[in-house]
Amino acid sequence: MTQPGLNISAIREDFPILQQTVHGKPLVYLDSAATSQKPETVIRAFDTYYRTINANIHRGVYTLAEEATAQYEGARKKIQKFINAKSFREMIYTRNTTEALNLVAQTWGRANIRAGDEIVSTLLEHHSNIVPWQMLAQEKGATLNFIEVDAQGQLLPEQIASVITARTKLVAITMMSNVAGTITPIDAIIARAHAVGAVVVVDGAQSVPHMPVDVQALDCDFLAFSGHKMLGPFIGVLYGKRALLEAMPPFLGGGDMIREVHRDHSKWNELPWKFEAGTPSVAEGIVMGAAIDYLSGLGMANVRAHERELVAYALEKFAAVDGVRIVGPLDPDARGGVIAFEIPEAHPHDIAQIFDREGICVRAGHHCAMPLHEHYGLAATTRASFYIYNTPDEVDRLIATLKKVREIFKTQ
Amino acid sequence: MDDLYRELILDHYQHPHNHGEIPGADISVEDSNPLCGDKIRIDLKLQGDTVVDVKFNGKGCAISQASASMLTDEIIGKTLDEIKTLDKQFVLEMLGIPLGPSRIKCALLPLKVIKVGVYGVGANPDEDEDES
Ligand SMILES: Cc1ncc(COP(=O)(O)O)c(C=O)c1O
Repeated sequence: MTQPGLNISAIREDFPILQQTVHGKPLVYLDSAATSQKPETVIRAFDTYYRTINANIHRGVYTLAEEATAQYEGARKKIQKFINAKSFREMIYTRNTTEALNLVAQTWGRANIRAGDEIVSTLLEHHSNIVPWQMLAQEKGATLNFIEVDAQGQLLPEQIASVITARTKLVAITMMSNVAGTITPIDAIIARAHAVGAVVVVDGAQSVPHMPVDVQALDCDFLAFSGHKMLGPFIGVLYGKRALLEAMPPFLGGGDMIREVHRDHSKWNELPWKFEAGTPSVAEGIVMGAAIDYLSGLGMANVRAHERELVAYALEKFAAVDGVRIVGPLDPDARGGVIAFEIPEAHPHDIAQIFDREGICVRAGHHCAMPLHEHYGLAATTRASFYIYNTPDEVDRLIATLKKVREIFKTQ
Repeated sequence: MDDLYRELILDHYQHPHNHGEIPGADISVEDSNPLCGDKIRIDLKLQGDTVVDVKFNGKGCAISQASASMLTDEIIGKTLDEIKTLDKQFVLEMLGIPLGPSRIKCALLPLKVIKVGVYGVGANPDEDEDES
């Protein structure tokens, strides 16, 4: 197998953590959907920040503070270019995807959702793109409806029009499922939502790290994603269209998000700082720039092509093992680098434990997607997820270990 | 081949003892493992203060299921006061396998459920200790 775009062995050299053994076996990291590993440049960027320019940003007139501010705002502009947003003012730092989605629910949502309105989500969502809308709907007396999935983890196409109605005010949709891997028909959903006048919040936690995403081409109203899933630090990003952000009330109140404070009222700061109250995660914001540089250097189309090939290879290998149930589409063009599976004889916890003995990191559980598991009658699944540093050899080790699990659990 | 999945554990997993339900049970409790959502339900039949029958039901990993199977064997014939004295150490010795922090939760889930049944919800004095 060749990846014309990426030199995987060179990439692996950039990731110090991958050079170790676990239980005497070379580490195989197959949990990047939960959090990715970090390249040397990202790790070193932290070191450089704390050794040379650590200072609180904004309003400092000394050199260190100015340098920290410049780098923090410079990283914001790199992320802006990475997703092709029109302005840095549309880029808000948050703690993670979850906080970014809650920010929209607490500000735009509280200001715009009324009793009787409908909010639409899908069965593919991570809890972070369900619970904030459930809370909002309950507070406002609105309803939360779901677009259902078929047996292959595809959203039912006819429901895009039937569930998104004239009463729909907001649609919250993932671009890529973190369990089924499904790449959703985002263009059709955004088109339908806008046709009925609804705002679209896109969960990009799994798409932004793994494929090219262009917010202007998508025309989404909001996009949330997490730095830690894309080679970067534990920080999140919310993109929002400027006109919407300007009209929204602030999220948290405090320092930095204000222009003036008086005894009886305050005036909000300009975008994006209106939504960044208090001292932000300065180091993480800056280091995020190093992660973006690394991914931009590879090219996101190449990243996607590599993962597509790896998933195609893995699906083929899984298909050769009897009785394995794969969640999600079997067409590698329709899914990202996430494979959740089930075998009849062993529980995901036990599978993951035996994998650990072989130095392989996989995740067991409901992966924060209980409604989807419930829909398929699954209590839990085992999930392997890929990124730029994974290889076909590692897929072979995954499959060999799966066979070993079956050997251990063979009915006696 | 793997000390965690020695034959005794696998045997209890594949052929669990006391599996099922007791219609008209005196005590019936259900709880789940927050780590994975695995559920377990335990029914107890009492004569006076003594457990005369017990059945468990639910889906789970080999560790939690084997623990339930072995623990239910242990408590038949014990009084409620005797059951209250069972602790984490007892379960770990009963299973006899090395367990990491996340799997200890799996192993202790059945005891936790039984204690909720014996003490009543929220009244287990060892609850916090059992979890850590
Ligand atoms: C699709 C999806 N949405 C949202 C999240 C939440 O991300 P975070 O935990 O960084 O807020 C995740 C990751 O766990 C995810 O995979």
